[in-house]
Amino acid sequence: MGDHSVEALLRVGDSCLVLAQRLTGWCGHAPALEEDIALANIALDVLGHARGLLTRAGELEGAGRDEDALAYLRGAEEFRNLLLVEQPNGDFAHTVVRQFLFDAWTAELWKGLAESSDEVVAGIAEKAAKESAYHVRHSSGWVVRLGDGTEESHRRMLAALEDLWPYAGEAFLDDEVDVAAVEARLVPLPSSLEKPWRARVSYVLEEATLPVPPDPWWQRGGRQGRHSEHLSYLLAEMQVVHRAHPGVQW
Amino acid sequence: MYTQGLDQADALPDEELSERFEAKVAAEEKVEPTDWMPAAYRTLLTRQIAQHAHSEIVGMLPEGNWISRAPSLRRKGILLAKVQDEAGHGLYLYSAAETLGVTRDELVDQLLSGKAKYSSIFNYPTLTWADCGAIGWLVDGAAIMNQVPLCRCSYGPYARAMVRICREESFHQRQGFEIMTVLAQGSPEQKAMAQESLDRWWWPALMMFGPPDGESVHNDRSMRWKVKRFTNDELRQKFVDMTVPQAHFLGLTLPDPELSFDGEHWTFGEPDWAEFKRVLAGDGPCNKERLAARRDAHADGAWVREAALAHAEKKRG
Ligand SMILES: [Fe+2]
Ligand SMILES: [Fe+2]
Repeated sequence: MGDHSVEALLRVGDSCLVLAQRLTGWCGHAPALEEDIALANIALDVLGHARGLLTRAGELEGAGRDEDALAYLRGAEEFRNLLLVEQPNGDFAHTVVRQFLFDAWTAELWKGLAESSDEVVAGIAEKAAKESAYHVRHSSGWVVRLGDGTEESHRRMLAALEDLWPYAGEAFLDDEVDVAAVEARLVPLPSSLEKPWRARVSYVLEEATLPVPPDPWWQRGGRQGRHSEHLSYLLAEMQVVHRAHPGVQW
Repeated sequence: MYTQGLDQADALPDEELSERFEAKVAAEEKVEPTDWMPAAYRTLLTRQIAQHAHSEIVGMLPEGNWISRAPSLRRKGILLAKVQDEAGHGLYLYSAAETLGVTRDELVDQLLSGKAKYSSIFNYPTLTWADCGAIGWLVDGAAIMNQVPLCRCSYGPYARAMVRICREESFHQRQGFEIMTVLAQGSPEQKAMAQESLDRWWWPALMMFGPPDGESVHNDRSMRWKVKRFTNDELRQKFVDMTVPQAHFLGLTLPDPELSFDGEHWTFGEPDWAEFKRVLAGDGPCNKERLAARRDAHADGAWVREAALAHAEKKRG
């Protein structure tokens, strides 16, 4: 397997890891106790997906890097996550919109990855597909509840959509890494997931009495290692203890 | 856990009215929500379960702090699952309290207004990763000591909640001890981190069992009503006897020069009860931050809860 395989897996694995890291920020601070539990559940699942994919990427790379070496010892420019997931938690509306856009993507992505030529990846994806079916139900439920709730919640959802929508399209932009990984039948082509993603997003937003925003210039670069200002802070916090004690067990 | 005997004494119930109730409790039968019970029993249970629930929720904060910095992905997942369990414990316990005729909203208001108490231990800061180990090992360990007897509590819904909770607490204790074991066997810096953390958490952990028996206001009644099975000092002794050998196993030193074995039990020094009272009264290092975090979460979430209600109303049509 070539470098493109490792890259392609990191693009998904890093997106899961960074989102899980963001979600843990809600632990103990959610709007209701039930939501503390739900968000922690989702974070745990997504963290699990990240661990599986990072571990596999490390194996395919063959340079002796395990999940922790990849998570803790790379700088921001080496991360391959979507810009969407590194955006701050904001208010609960921002977290819900970010989660929904992500879940609607992964709901399609895992189906494609379950067909991967790499059996390990296919196994991870099969399990993840079941979990993300629950996640997308949960986040869709909140989009509808908050979109069609009170005047304030509607206004906050509009603001969150406006802020996050420009990051929604990056997941569907193909580049040469994707094309090579698709040739190896490792991953589905990003652009092939766009249609079902859009269908779901439109349906849920309509239900939520929220408009589907017009397509902007999609912000991009995360999957190639060019990130927003937020990622470096996120990683600094995540990596601080690990990096302070090189080479030890935890 | 987290029952520290923080209450003021109430008037005893009229003995004639409660004769049957007393007989039932003495016979180890469970009291259920629809059964007659003395007002003071209801008050005692409500207060204790509420304090316990609040402690679970506030207790999420000190460790929750470290989820983002957990030094391996495996540890991150375990810690997140642990803190999530505590939220679940809070939920079961609020539900158990509700069977006594209060609402969760009322109880949460009491916490946020500063009227209700929660365990003093959570007003101490978590300063290093080793604190996640020390908390699991000592704080959840002390919680188990307190809670296992509560599984036989006379009040049915509380006893049943405790059975469920205790199962999870032992996982919490194990993961904490495992963190400490790895650190204690790790690099010199890691071992120093573990020792420093133990130095800070040992005495506050002993205080979790509440004031000495002579000063505990409602031990007698709690015991007679089979809410409490052991006194604060008995539980504290059991905890010390269990924990000292574990510290020896880890190769760590407990910060108590008076610690010695008398052939049967470990005798130990006196916790600083002035500190205990100070922390309970609100002057611990983190009381203000912990309550502020809960108040902020509640206030920031108000629009979300309102919207969820409004949406549900619309759907009902
Ligand atoms: Fe607990
Ligand atoms: Fe616990």
